Amino acid sequence: MPVLLMSVLSLSRFQFAMTTLFHFLYVPLSIGTSLVVAIMETTYVFTKKEIYLKMTKFWSKVFLLSFAVGVVTGIIQEFQFGMNWSNYSRFMGDIFGAPLAIEALLAFFLESVMLGVWMFTWDTFKPSIHVIFIWLTWFASALSALWILAANAFMQHPVGFMINIKTGRARLTNFWSVLENPQLWREFPHVLFGAFTTGAMVIAGMAAFGLIWKQNHEFHMKSLRIALLVALLSSVATIAAGDLQTRYIINDQPMKFAATEAIYKDTSSPASWRLVALVDTKDKKVTESVDVPYLLSILSYHKLSGSVKGMDEINKELHAKYDKKFGKDMNYYVPVKTLFWSFRVMSGGGVFIVLICLLGLFFSRRKKNTLLKKKWLLWGLGFSTFLPFIVNSCGWLITEMGRYPWVVYGLQTVSDAVSPTSTVAGLLFTNIVYFLLFSFIGVFMFYYSRRVLQAGPDQADQNNEDDVYSSSSLKKGAYN
Amino acid sequence: MSIFQFLWFIVIAILFAGFLFFEGFDFGVGMATRFLANNDRERQTVLGAIAPHWDGNEVWLITAGGAMFASFPLWYASLFSGYYILLFLTLIALIFRGVSFEFVTHAENSFQRSLWLWSNFFGSLFSPFFLGMMFTSLIQGVPMDAQGNVWAGFNVVVNIFSVIGGLAVTYLSLIHGLHFLSLRTKNSLHNRAINMADKLYWLLYPILILFVVFSIFKTDFYEKHFFSSLLIVLIVVLLTLWGHLSIHFNHNGRAFFASGFSLVLIIAFIFNGLFPRVMISNNSKYDLLIKTASASKLTLEIMTGILVVLLPIVLIYFFWSYWVQRNRRSDSLSD
Repeated sequence: MPVLLMSVLSLSRFQFAMTTLFHFLYVPLSIGTSLVVAIMETTYVFTKKEIYLKMTKFWSKVFLLSFAVGVVTGIIQEFQFGMNWSNYSRFMGDIFGAPLAIEALLAFFLESVMLGVWMFTWDTFKPSIHVIFIWLTWFASALSALWILAANAFMQHPVGFMINIKTGRARLTNFWSVLENPQLWREFPHVLFGAFTTGAMVIAGMAAFGLIWKQNHEFHMKSLRIALLVALLSSVATIAAGDLQTRYIINDQPMKFAATEAIYKDTSSPASWRLVALVDTKDKKVTESVDVPYLLSILSYHKLSGSVKGMDEINKELHAKYDKKFGKDMNYYVPVKTLFWSFRVMSGGGVFIVLICLLGLFFSRRKKNTLLKKKWLLWGLGFSTFLPFIVNSCGWLITEMGRYPWVVYGLQTVSDAVSPTSTVAGLLFTNIVYFLLFSFIGVFMFYYSRRVLQAGPDQADQNNEDDVYSSSSLKKGAYN
Repeated sequence: MSIFQFLWFIVIAILFAGFLFFEGFDFGVGMATRFLANNDRERQTVLGAIAPHWDGNEVWLITAGGAMFASFPLWYASLFSGYYILLFLTLIALIFRGVSFEFVTHAENSFQRSLWLWSNFFGSLFSPFFLGMMFTSLIQGVPMDAQGNVWAGFNVVVNIFSVIGGLAVTYLSLIHGLHFLSLRTKNSLHNRAINMADKLYWLLYPILILFVVFSIFKTDFYEKHFFSSLLIVLIVVLLTLWGHLSIHFNHNGRAFFASGFSLVLIIAFIFNGLFPRVMISNNSKYDLLIKTASASKLTLEIMTGILVVLLPIVLIYFFWSYWVQRNRRSDSLSD
């Protein structure tokens, strides 16, 4: 095993997982926080109450921090397809490159230019115009998600292409069907609503800490309620979209689905759902499990009956289907334990977020707000600041590892996709540097966000970005 | 070679040229935080001139990369995997630089402020240097196999010419950045930016001459495209002289365009020389050509349609954002 761990393939895979997971901590955070900030500024425009302007400026600091880290780690994503996965890029470029280019042209320009305008024109435009720029920024970031997921959806479920027999590479035949990909229209809402939930939950959690620290009570209570409402609606939508996606995957990528439920042998009908299980991947069986009767049939088919195919059977089918092209030695079993537990953390976390949002909104209702007395709930909300990141990462682990052994489902294996020129030494070096760099940046990002909260909203106006970049910060003691 | 293939070769050139024009002065401004500004207060004033724009400028690079992936996937795959370490280092530089703009506004003591200001400086210094090195290395021809894999050893990436190329792009970016600052700052900073650029030109001449001399011996550009290569070199020389004279006589806008278009013409020189190839192999049998490296006709057609619709809109709001925020910045003490 240690020899295997140090191969070009495993190091490339590790690097991809590390860079994308780190990047995807900040992407949903900035999409979600920009939405809440935009809602706050819109409220200010309509109510003209200063507190909403204060909220906008205060929470935008968290948004801007996450945006900065999201941008810089995003460049890695575009470069690494060519750097580490050049054979993949050659094979898939005709289809995969276009969404990436469109993403930059359509979304990234709009996002970055409008954000630059929004940040520095508080005094130039009247509020009703100024608010447009944050909505455009948010819209562009949501749009970028659509295009990158169009590319990912093709890897999960390739459509609109043919294989050029002469070159052996994929060629686009129908751009429209790449955009209509059923996988995309299940993945995109799930990811997008998940992103809204992430940003809103982080603001809600931070506001809860603000209340625990007995800061500006009115400010944090109002922020908390806005954020909780957004988080509640989005998390319910995320779960609904996730249900849609899961039921699609049962047929489209049965191995992925069977692995998330740790089903080796075909189930009976009705099928029971495994809450927890001890999985023996070596002998391909589940040794112990706690089952909930009927639930798997209900989750899978929304019915009280119906069985689910097991991995052993699916493995046979995949061998029958692909042996001619990829040989008999392929291993079609995906990492079962990772998928099984990731799914439970993801769905459990999702349900937890819905419940805590409901509780938070109930106890902070206008008529009888008793939230401040409910210390356990405030701490629960504070803890929920971090939960969405774990949930998001688990979701991606299921989606990406569940596609194993393919990089493009049924067309190219992961091992055929790596750059032939990559070396173990080079990858080891870059992995270590990325790891150190991400830790460094991540620590500062966390630390500065915490400092923003500790400094409190009354500091927010004074440390306006515009000021720091000109001279007036001098008067305000930034240069002690 | 079809008309679409030719068009996209030009588009990639324009995107890289746009990147160097816009991010070029960004890099220059970042370098100016040490060369021009005297203290942290001035450094942040200087950075303030590009704070609203640096991210939009960087999108030119992202678009260039994405467009290359879409229109010439084989070029993208060979180039990015072949120049692995150089691009990795560029990414590290861009990351340090990118976070510094935001992080420096949260710095709570002089140590942290220095940390992020230095990050910005080194990021701004090394990004153009590594990218300049990459382009100057690849035009010399690289060891490539039949599959298009580039087996670039240390000497292929790091040699005298590629170092001079990196230096030329970096140095020109610095001057370009100083010109931008002369347009966007007031008083003391404004005057010093002009004076410094005026002096820096004297070193730009030998760097450019070295670049041209080495390009004669190390590339086949003059063999393949004698007149166009010579013409571009001539225009760069004239632009440099014009830029120098302009800044000397305080025509700052003209100087800014001169330095910007010099950077654009460096890209033009490279792409003109490459044509009709995209990657030059030591063994000309394995050259990667526009004709063979491109995406399918359908992909190119679709991308062309999208480009024709989107690019004008992008350019309109891109330039509008500069116009909206055209106010000069100054540091309060000299006001």
